[in-house]
Amino acid sequence: MTATTGQHPTGEHVNHNLTGFIIFLCSESVIFLAFFSGFALLKTNALDWLPPGVEGLEWRTPLINTVVLVSSSGTIWLAERCMAKQNLMGFRAFWLLTMALGGYFLYGQAVEWQGLQFGFTSGVFGGTFYLLTGFHGLHVATGVFLMGLMLAKSFIPGNYAGGEQGVQATSLFWHFVDVIWIILFVLIYVWQRS
Amino acid sequence: MTSATFPSGSPSSPPENNSWNRYFGFNTDAKVIGIQYIVTAFFFFLIGGLLAMIIRGELITPASDLVDRTVYNGIYTMHGTIMLFLFIFPVLNGLNNLLIPTMIGAPDMAFPRLNAVAFWLVPIFGALLIASFFVPGGPAYSGWWSYPPVSTQNPLGHFVNGQGLWITAVALSGVSSIMGAVNFVTTILRMRAPGMGLFRMPVFCWTALAAQSLQLIGLPALTGGAVMLLMDLSFGTSFYQPEGGGDPVLYQHFFWFYSHPAVYVIILPVFGIFSELFPVYSRKPLFGYVYVSLASFIIVGLGLIVWVHHFFTSGVPQWMRNLFMVNTMLISVPTGVKVFAWLGTIWRGKLRLTTPMLFCLGGLFNFVFAGITGVMLATVPVDIHVSNTYFVVGHFHYVIYGAAVMGIFAAIYHWFPKFTGRMPYEGLGKLHFLLTFIGANLNFLPMHPLGLMGMPRRVSSYDPEFAFWNVLASLGAFLLGVSIIPFLLNMISAWVRGPKATHNPWNAIGLEWLLPSPPPEDNFGEHVPTVISRPYGYGSGEPLVEHQAEIERQLTLQEASA
Repeated sequence: MTATTGQHPTGEHVNHNLTGFIIFLCSESVIFLAFFSGFALLKTNALDWLPPGVEGLEWRTPLINTVVLVSSSGTIWLAERCMAKQNLMGFRAFWLLTMALGGYFLYGQAVEWQGLQFGFTSGVFGGTFYLLTGFHGLHVATGVFLMGLMLAKSFIPGNYAGGEQGVQATSLFWHFVDVIWIILFVLIYVWQRS
Repeated sequence: MTSATFPSGSPSSPPENNSWNRYFGFNTDAKVIGIQYIVTAFFFFLIGGLLAMIIRGELITPASDLVDRTVYNGIYTMHGTIMLFLFIFPVLNGLNNLLIPTMIGAPDMAFPRLNAVAFWLVPIFGALLIASFFVPGGPAYSGWWSYPPVSTQNPLGHFVNGQGLWITAVALSGVSSIMGAVNFVTTILRMRAPGMGLFRMPVFCWTALAAQSLQLIGLPALTGGAVMLLMDLSFGTSFYQPEGGGDPVLYQHFFWFYSHPAVYVIILPVFGIFSELFPVYSRKPLFGYVYVSLASFIIVGLGLIVWVHHFFTSGVPQWMRNLFMVNTMLISVPTGVKVFAWLGTIWRGKLRLTTPMLFCLGGLFNFVFAGITGVMLATVPVDIHVSNTYFVVGHFHYVIYGAAVMGIFAAIYHWFPKFTGRMPYEGLGKLHFLLTFIGANLNFLPMHPLGLMGMPRRVSSYDPEFAFWNVLASLGAFLLGVSIIPFLLNMISAWVRGPKATHNPWNAIGLEWLLPSPPPEDNFGEHVPTVISRPYGYGSGEPLVEHQAEIERQLTLQEASA
């Protein structure tokens, strides 16, 4: 019954990109929720979870990967801080560092995939492993791509003078990808005993 | 700002690109996209309807004599898929596009280009789905829900097969719907006219907000499940294959986690249409506006925790059956609140039995019937008894055709003058209503006794003892087929040469009725009126917006000079 909420100044299109993006992220999280619950259900009901000849997953290298990805959430936050202070060079530096950390994560994952002795079709264990890590990796790659786009846009003179919703949205997406990975790491690497 | 609040002040206001070809291209105006959606949807409705005629033609005799059994499997699969993903959802998105911006006083949707992309995906995945008729092995034949293991069979071994195309089309439909939902929710939350708080919003916008929230929560689960199904079918994984450690029931969870809420995505906007139209044609305010609005969101919450009732017979533990039975029954409370509110609205009102009102009354009648059989189906013992029989088919078609499609027809007749500037013909409209109401009941009522007698669904031949009710149902179906003729005739002839419509032919209250018919491209443009009261002020004499009398006088002058 409050009189007004969120009307727009007459005639002017206000930028709703961030609102739309947040709504989209909420929706996107449900796909992961579906995959996670499917994984948990299949794992708890499985008779033989691991395919023959597989002892379990090595967790040390993925842990390093995890630390890299989590710290990239910190660097992207620092980049945003620089942006808020109009420090464009600092923004670019931390932004590039975040991209590098994201790139390293993808590289680490590729190396891990290469060393595994089971494939996508090795029963439900292999299927869920590659589906979850692959779908998440796709999001990491998308995040790095979006960051590259934002970095390029920062070279347009005066483009980011009044703040930029694209940067905020990308950073939000990156935090989202990060949180998803933590849940994924716990599900796949920490919870090894069925 | 006192005297300058006239919409589209220029008296000439010739809509510059008012040509037919704007409907055939990439246009970002929500009103054009809305009509594109509706026309596309009815194109596919005719295809889906033709398949329904073949199904009922096959079932008019007990023997399997009209089409081959395998072809029959493909036909009912495609009938369901086309009607849901290519008719109901697009036609509702069309109404959303037409109504949401005009009802809340926005110039367009929040993301006009995204809106156009979401629309153009519809013909693309529609073509993909129709193309599956022509691939080796024919279209998908595993029913519209595509349960594994049937849906993961690929006997001919072609990589491009009907089932694969089905999954791809459904996934694309999900992408299109998510784009639409993000757009509708953002528009409703961020672009309302000054003074229009959430509790001054028309109920249609409330129900659209609720329905689109359900899309956002539910659809990703289906997409996730569909991706895994495609992997199983085409790339040799075993998510749903017991021999590889997978679980076919998992797919049923994914599928129904979305597809049960999907029926609320369909019926909630129809509740919105009922709530808009009953006050207009009863000349009374909507009874219990706040409760009707909030009930939509209670339906959203409950609608998300009832999905298991679709597979009580799939080896579900007893505690789950009990829980989901109770949850399902609870939904009848908020829906009951709405039904009482509509009855309270028409009670002692000055009823005007126009075509839209008749469709609303008929739709409400059918909906109550469907609600009763719905509570029956929620009861575990009854559900197990009639599982996979024609009882379920009858219940579902009462909801979808009896209530939802009739509500959609009501909306089309009601808002047709607003968006085309022409009046539909009442005589043809009433004939359409009569044929639809009789046809739908004659078609779908006999399915209930058939189901109770034990006739399974999805069969092309049956025991001769079921013949009587099947003949009745088929006659009803043919009547429904005929009912589309006066509808199409009405729409086309009215659009081409119907009488010119005034800005408010039904004497309705709402922002969209303060716009010229058809509205200019940016709706109110810079002169968005300030809303000063709740909607549905029928009989109160209270104006809806500031300077309402002046706005209406200006519109009438414009019409007189035109």
